Amino acid sequence: MRKLTTATAVAFGILAMGAGAVSAEKLTIGLASEPTSLDPHFHNLGPNNAMSVHIFDRLIAQDEKQRLSPGLAISWQPIDDLTWEFKLREGVKFHDGSDFTADDVVCTMARAPDVPNSPSGYGTYLKGKEVIKIDDYTVHFKTAAPYPLMGNDISTIPVISEIGCNAATEDFNAGTAAIGTGPFKFQSYTPGESIVLVRNDDYWGDAPIWSEVEFRPITSGPSRVASLLAGDVDMISGVPTTDITTLKGNGDIQLSQGVSNRVIYLHMDQFREDSPFVKANGGGDIKNPLMDVRVRKAISMAISRDAIVDRVMEGVALPAGQLLPEGFFGVSDKLDVVAYDPDGAKALLAEAGYPDGFELTIHGPNDRYINDAKIAEAIAQMLTRIGIKTAVETMPRSVYFGRASKGSPEGLPEFSFILVGWGAGSGEASSPLKSLIHTFDADAGFGSSNRGRHSDPETDALIEEALRTVDDAKRQDLLAQATERAIENVAIIPTHFQVNTWAAKKGLSYIARTDEYTLATGVVKE
Amino acid sequence: MTVFIIRRLLQALLVVFMMSVIVFFGVNIVGDPVYMLVSPDADQADIEAAISRLGLDRPILEQYWLFLKGAAQGDLGNSFIFGEPALKLILHHMPATMELAFSALFLAIVIGIPLGLYAGLYPDGMLSKGIMAASIFGFSLPTFWVGLMLIMLFAVELQWVPATGRGDIGSFLGIQSSIFTLDGLSHIFLPALNLALLKISLAIRLTRAGVREAMGLDYVKYARAKGLSTRRIILVHVMKNIMIPVVTVMGLEFGSLIGFSVVTETIFAWPGMGKLLIDAILQLDRPVVVAYLMIIVLFFVLINLIVDILYSILDPRVRLQDQGA
Repeated sequence: MRKLTTATAVAFGILAMGAGAVSAEKLTIGLASEPTSLDPHFHNLGPNNAMSVHIFDRLIAQDEKQRLSPGLAISWQPIDDLTWEFKLREGVKFHDGSDFTADDVVCTMARAPDVPNSPSGYGTYLKGKEVIKIDDYTVHFKTAAPYPLMGNDISTIPVISEIGCNAATEDFNAGTAAIGTGPFKFQSYTPGESIVLVRNDDYWGDAPIWSEVEFRPITSGPSRVASLLAGDVDMISGVPTTDITTLKGNGDIQLSQGVSNRVIYLHMDQFREDSPFVKANGGGDIKNPLMDVRVRKAISMAISRDAIVDRVMEGVALPAGQLLPEGFFGVSDKLDVVAYDPDGAKALLAEAGYPDGFELTIHGPNDRYINDAKIAEAIAQMLTRIGIKTAVETMPRSVYFGRASKGSPEGLPEFSFILVGWGAGSGEASSPLKSLIHTFDADAGFGSSNRGRHSDPETDALIEEALRTVDDAKRQDLLAQATERAIENVAIIPTHFQVNTWAAKKGLSYIARTDEYTLATGVVKE
Repeated sequence: MTVFIIRRLLQALLVVFMMSVIVFFGVNIVGDPVYMLVSPDADQADIEAAISRLGLDRPILEQYWLFLKGAAQGDLGNSFIFGEPALKLILHHMPATMELAFSALFLAIVIGIPLGLYAGLYPDGMLSKGIMAASIFGFSLPTFWVGLMLIMLFAVELQWVPATGRGDIGSFLGIQSSIFTLDGLSHIFLPALNLALLKISLAIRLTRAGVREAMGLDYVKYARAKGLSTRRIILVHVMKNIMIPVVTVMGLEFGSLIGFSVVTETIFAWPGMGKLLIDAILQLDRPVVVAYLMIIVLFFVLINLIVDILYSILDPRVRLQDQGA
């Protein structure tokens, strides 16, 4: 019997090798979420950006840890307080054979913020920046005030050719304008069905090992896993946490995991004396206890991050003590994960004047983050244990975010205590600090996602100073300080960092990326 | 007959209009699409700009008026997410759904009717009892579960057919469809079977009940007395009579095949309208949801009309006229 099994295994192995030799260069990837367009400036959305990286280079590339590295620009540095000089790579050709020059950069920067019908464009990153061509391989970006994040902002903008600059979104989707300098060229695009790319043999960088890549959107998690098991696809993104244990035991499947830039955290109403979902025991009105830092600290101490990671996330997450995992620019090395201490939490609550706790409702989405509804339930149980009787209400993200941002009758955040996540697109700490921690200020564009309306002038000052400081070492320091102060004040309660999982057939592995992108260039043979 | 059809079409218009009111307002009071669309990095000014570009800052009645004005010219609005006309998106995804629905209907007929006929002719046989028991499972097992089981069995374990997706497109008599290629057929087999299961069960039960009733009727006895072969009695006389309820129900069920395809298409990553709808609902792409529902309403109305016409052909006693007219 054993002999037979071995023989079969060998036979299968030979078959597999035979098949491999013929189709080894072709890669098929099952995607959890589909890009909405191949126009790289149409929709500033993770799946779109990931897809456009294949076809279009940026002036500055982000590696798998979102560190900046030279792309179409070989150097970028401030030459005075208000000017950044970008030196462009020479000898780079677009897929249609035309040369890449400063003119392409200028027209790219003009088109990116201004695409008709775009649901969400790239204007956010180009605001207040003026592009000037100096010569064919030098451009200057001018700003009205010193601006240190130039590299991060510019690394988000895909560079298109002059043909693309005059083209409409449909032309990109049809492929006629999808001409970049990237490692892959457009082959075909059928929305909902497949995107096929072929290798760019004239690529200026390391040529990809795959001659052809097909991306197939398979949004249903179990079907995606089944497609991989059936051999329809070679790799999938977004492996459901419930399938990870089973797949780990499967010798034909190789899992790749990596922490993401996404922190899951809790925002607490810190601006209303009378908060709609905070009640005294028994349901009476109460002065909002969440405004007291001791109460917020008690809540943070009552949450066992380890339990969330082990039980709810099945080990596929990292406990969080600040806004970004270690290794990112601007994180503090002084902050540890808040230790689970229910007795200390109770004592703090008593000290703040709530020995018997109060009543609270936690609101969260149920289809946005990995296991989001289960996390909200776990947190509610932990808080109930220290006397804060917590009810849970979760809803689809299409309803949730609108209400959480401005659902109250006055157009203010509707909820008192919410579960949210934040992915730092720029790959450094100013992104969450600016949007989540800084005082809400619509005119200056600060605190746009500060749904708890935490406000601390000193933290604000640190953040603003960091955003003016071009010197990297000094800025790193300021961002770390701002983070420390925000965590000290419990502006938000970070719970964990998401870990993403990719699964591939045996012999392939994926270089996990913090930005959650699925890139064919990251799929390597072992 | 012409008057009848014109009147029915006018009624259909009224139904479509009323649906537009219900659907438009129903969809527009739920959620806030802006936060589904803008990048988290967007600041407050960007969000305001997105709101006004989508026209969401206008009063709801004005939005509805603009929608009606557009609809009268065949423009059901632009998808928030794709930036393209919603109607164009739906029409683009329609062929995939249609071929799936037709394949499922075909399976329901070629599997369901013969099995039902057999079960009706030999009601006490073991095989008949087996068929009837199986049809109960067809009715009661949830589609998404059966779909996953089909994938696990035929695609993962046996590896006979692919698990998900649509195959190569072929062309026949000018019609483009994936059912004209082998690769396409291997892709469509599982989703079509999954979608058809419920309808197969339905066809079995309808046919069986019809056959059992007809076999005891006088005209069958007369036909026997006349000396016709059993084969001719069943295939010509009995079949013709029991086909009326079967055609009616299957016709109406064709609409629900398209509706139910939402689940099947999601599981099998089938790029049809149903998947488009689910994605649109999840991402609150209101124009697509509204346009889809409008089209489905039109569909049901048209199918009803076609069934009525078929009826009159199958049974000359049925006259096409409005009751009380």
